[in-house]
Amino acid sequence: MAIGNNVAVTAAGAMVNSRFKKTAGSGQAASIAFMTALILALTIALGAIIAIIAWAVVEGHTRLDWDLIFNGPSTARRATAGYSVAIAGTIQIIAGVILVIVPLGVGTSVYLELFADKSKWWNRIIELNIQNLAGVPSIVFGILGLAIFVRFFDLGFVVAAGSLTIAILVLPTVILASREAIKAVPSSILEGSLALGVTPWQAVWKQVLPAAGPGLLTGVILAVARAIGEAAPLLLVGAVTFVTTYPEFFEGGYSALPVLIYNYAGRAQMEFQVLAAAGVILMLAVLFVINSFAVWLRARYERSW
Amino acid sequence: MSSSSGLSVRNSTRSLRADSPRIGEKLIITALFMGSTISVFATIAIVISLFAPLPGFFSQISIVEFFTATEWSPGFQNAKYGVLPIVVGTLMIVAFALAVAVPLGLGSAIYMSEYAPVKVRKTLKPILEVLEGLPTVATGLFAFFWLRPFLEILFPWLPWKGVFSTGVAGIAVGLIIVPLIASVADDAMRSVPRALREGAYALGASKLRVTLTIVFPAAISGIIAAIVLGASRAVGETMIVLLVAGAGSPFLSFNPFEGIKAMTAFIAGKATGEIAVGTIEFDTIFAVGALLFLMTLLTNAIAIRFVERYREVYD
Repeated sequence: MAIGNNVAVTAAGAMVNSRFKKTAGSGQAASIAFMTALILALTIALGAIIAIIAWAVVEGHTRLDWDLIFNGPSTARRATAGYSVAIAGTIQIIAGVILVIVPLGVGTSVYLELFADKSKWWNRIIELNIQNLAGVPSIVFGILGLAIFVRFFDLGFVVAAGSLTIAILVLPTVILASREAIKAVPSSILEGSLALGVTPWQAVWKQVLPAAGPGLLTGVILAVARAIGEAAPLLLVGAVTFVTTYPEFFEGGYSALPVLIYNYAGRAQMEFQVLAAAGVILMLAVLFVINSFAVWLRARYERSW
Repeated sequence: MSSSSGLSVRNSTRSLRADSPRIGEKLIITALFMGSTISVFATIAIVISLFAPLPGFFSQISIVEFFTATEWSPGFQNAKYGVLPIVVGTLMIVAFALAVAVPLGLGSAIYMSEYAPVKVRKTLKPILEVLEGLPTVATGLFAFFWLRPFLEILFPWLPWKGVFSTGVAGIAVGLIIVPLIASVADDAMRSVPRALREGAYALGASKLRVTLTIVFPAAISGIIAAIVLGASRAVGETMIVLLVAGAGSPFLSFNPFEGIKAMTAFIAGKATGEIAVGTIEFDTIFAVGALLFLMTLLTNAIAIRFVERYREVYD
C-alpha cells in the first residue's frame, strides 16, 4: 500500500512536473514567437506608411519648385508644368464643402444628440441612415453627383457639382465626429443653464456649442483633410478634363489636385511621372499641416469635466 | 376687486407655463430637424439615381444575361453585358486585400489591446490611422511604381504579365484597410471584461493562452465585424484599383499577375470616357453602380449586426 502510494505520488509528481515544465518551456517560446509576429504585423503596416512617403519624396523631390504651385498644366512645357489650376479647383471645392458641412453637420448632431426623441421612428431612421451613408463607396457618391447635381439640377461639370458631391460624401464623418464632441459636454452644463431659466436653444447656443467648439472644429478639419484626398467621385462629376484656365464656381471646366496627379501619372513621359510624385508630396504636406493643426487643437482645448 | 384677483390667478397659472409660445425656438428646432433629413434625402437620391435608369437598361439586356454571361464588353463591337468578369475582378481584389489586412490588422489589434502599454497604444493608434488617411492616389501610385516592380524582383519566377497586377492592387487595398480592421478589432477585444482575463490568469494560463483562448473567442463577433467592414471598404475602393489593376480583358480571369477590371474601376473608366448620355453603354455605369451599392449595403448590414452582438453581450 505504502509503496503503491509512493509510486503513485512520484508518478503524479513527475507527470505534473513534466507537464508543467513542458508547457512552461514551449509556452515561453510560443509566447515570444507570437509577440514577434504581432510586432512584425504592426511594423509592416507602419513601414507601408514610410514606404509610400519615401516613394513620393524619392521620385518627386526634383520638381519641388515654385512652378509646381504657380504654373498650370501643359503638355508642351513638361519640365515646368504644375498644379496651379488644380490647386485653385481644390480650394474652391473645399470652400464649398465647408459651407455645406458646417451648418448641416453641426445642426444634425445638435438635433440628434439634444433634441431628437429616440423613441420616434423618424429619428431612428435618420440615425440608421447616417450609419449606412458612411459605408457607401465614394464612387457611388460620384454617380449621385452625376445624376443629381450635374444632370437633374443641370449645374453641368463645374466646381459646384464636385463640391456638393464631396460635401455629401464627408457629411456622415462630420456628423459622427460632431456628435462625439457634443456628447463629451456633460449634461450638467445644459441642465444647469436650463435651471437658471434660459430656453433650450439659448442653453445649447450659449453653453453647449461653445463648450463643444474645439471638438466640432476638429471634426470639420478632419473631414476637410479627407475631402482634399478624394479623387474617385470627382472623376464622375467632371474634374478630369485637362483644363488650363482657372475655374469659376458655377462655370467652366475644373480640375482638382488628386485628379490631376492621377492624370499626370497616366501619361507616358517621365517628366509627368515625376510631376505626379511631386504633386503627392504637395498634397501630403498640406494634409500634414491640416492634421497637425487638428491634433494641436484637440490637445490645446481638451477639457476634462 | 374680482378682476384683480382674476388677474393674479391668471398670472400665477401663466408663470408655470412658458412666457411666450417661443415660436423662434420651435422654428430653430424645426430647422435642425429639416437639416437632419438632408442625409435621408441624400440616400434617397442615391437610390433613385442608381435604380431609375435600370428598367430602361434591363429592357434591352436580359437580367439573366447580365448575371450569367461571362463577357463584359460595353462599347465594343458585338458588346456583351455579362457582369461576372468585373464582379470576379472586385472579389479577387477583396480576397487579396483581406489576405494582407486580416493578419496585419488583427496582429496589430492584439498587440495594441493585450500587449502594448497604454501609452504606446495611444501613440500607435493615430499613427496607424495615417495609413488609412493617405490619399488613395498616393497609395496607388506607390503600388504601381514601387511595390509591383519590387515584388517582381523579389519573386521573379512568378508569371508577371504587363504592368498591371490584380494581386498587387489587392495587396495595396489591403494596406489601407489595416487601420480599420485593427481599430474595430481592438475595440472589440478591449471590451472583453477584465474578469475573464484574470480568471484565466488565476488558473495559471499564460498571456498567449489568455489572448488566444479567452479574449479572441470572446471578441469574435467584433472581430468578424472588423473583417466584414474591411471587405466592404475594399469593394468600394477605386483609385488604387484603377491605377494598379488597370483595364483588364472583357473575359473572366482569375490570374492575379495580370490586370483586371473591377467594378469601381469600370465605372470610373466609363464615366471619364467620351460616351453619349442615354445610350445603353452609359447606363452600364448605373447598373454596375447599383450592384456595387447593394454589395456594400449587404456587407455593412452584416457588420452592424455583429457589432451590435458584442455590444449587447458585454455592455
